[in-house]
Amino acid sequence: MGSPVRVVVAKPGLDGHDRGAKVVARALRDAGHEVIYTGLRRTAQQIIDTVRDEDAAFLGLSSLSGAHNHLFPRICQLLVEQNMGDVIVFGGGIIPQDDREELFSHGIRAIFGPGTPTSDILQFIDEARTRPEVGVGGSSDWFWTSSA
Amino acid sequence: MTRQELLLARQGSRRDLARLLSLIEDGSYLFDDTSRIDALRDMSIAITGSPGVGKSVLCDQLLNHWASSGYNVALLAVDPSSPRSGGALLGDRIRLKSIDDDAIKDRIYVRSIATRKSTGSVPLIVRDMAALLHDVGYQRVLIETVGSGQSELRCAAVADRIVLVEGPARGDSIQAEKAGLLELADAVIVNKADIEGARKHFDELKESLALEQDELPQMFLVSALEQTGTKELADQLFNLTSTQRAKKSRIYQHLLASHEQRLTQHPGLNEVLDLILEGTLHIDDALSHLNGSS
Repeated sequence: MGSPVRVVVAKPGLDGHDRGAKVVARALRDAGHEVIYTGLRRTAQQIIDTVRDEDAAFLGLSSLSGAHNHLFPRICQLLVEQNMGDVIVFGGGIIPQDDREELFSHGIRAIFGPGTPTSDILQFIDEARTRPEVGVGGSSDWFWTSSA
Repeated sequence: MTRQELLLARQGSRRDLARLLSLIEDGSYLFDDTSRIDALRDMSIAITGSPGVGKSVLCDQLLNHWASSGYNVALLAVDPSSPRSGGALLGDRIRLKSIDDDAIKDRIYVRSIATRKSTGSVPLIVRDMAALLHDVGYQRVLIETVGSGQSELRCAAVADRIVLVEGPARGDSIQAEKAGLLELADAVIVNKADIEGARKHFDELKESLALEQDELPQMFLVSALEQTGTKELADQLFNLTSTQRAKKSRIYQHLLASHEQRLTQHPGLNEVLDLILEGTLHIDDALSHLNGSS
């Protein structure tokens, strides 16, 4: 198995709903991963500082406020600019299907909507960690097709 | 490979620092600490105490005061891994406000550490991580432990100074578990002075310590919530002195941790366990075998 995967689970922007983020955090923990939860209402830079200092391989972003089209690409851009293009980013929350393609184009590798089985997220982690160039700044155009 | 990262970390690259800390955690990088004369160092401070006494909030205020005074400071927050899955949920950052303060955040490094499955090696990993942080320019490193159980005691013992945090009295006098930590402590803080019973607990602790020991740890009564006494506390803790008694107890715990690590990482451990199980090896012989050839 090797070392546990370190995952930052973050809530960017003005959004007070973190039930989903906590469920995902627990599922990841129960699968043997180490989850660093940021708490609510983080700025993009605060999230990136956390990923950097905690040396996380994955960043999970949760948004239920509708601001994902603004916040997620901004975070991706900052990660690449600050030399952290190898971090693998995924998202979740209330994110309409129509918005997802645009988010994938910014380097996000999976979007999980309401009703996603947690096993889906765990499979994504296992798959993504073995693929090359799937960091947010990586050249691969691969993304995970989630069930919800 | 790690040489280059160490150079960059020394120049202030937190990305490289974070990577080196991960390598220490995985056991794939042994940081060569040139100043390893344990009794002389004073750069790492363990903050320990029962869950809920306010360790995280106190750590936050210490980081804030020290960083505001111009020092570079770090926090290693140790949390338990789930014994079943080996995973961990690390939430210490949620309570830290100082890392969100743009004026000082560049002088504060915070890292969450899970105890993982082999608890025997955690204390020594924490020691090496603290040594690396000091090497790259963090003048003081706080180590926040869970404060219960043997491995936590040893985590505290690898620090150069140990601070025990207590809350207001909960109807019990000093428990056996706390007595072990009290023996190691260079300072004892009674937090939540804003709550009734804190002053009483403070006085009782002081009295019982005076009965038991010649060299008393420094005692503080503070309220992290109302920030009363915390500035003085931060000033005092930065240059906290240690007694011979506390140093010796720490070295004893350190020795136990090193010994435990040698045993748990011995390649023949599993075989020896099987032989004991079969009844063909006595536990004393097993111990001398494991100690002799590692």
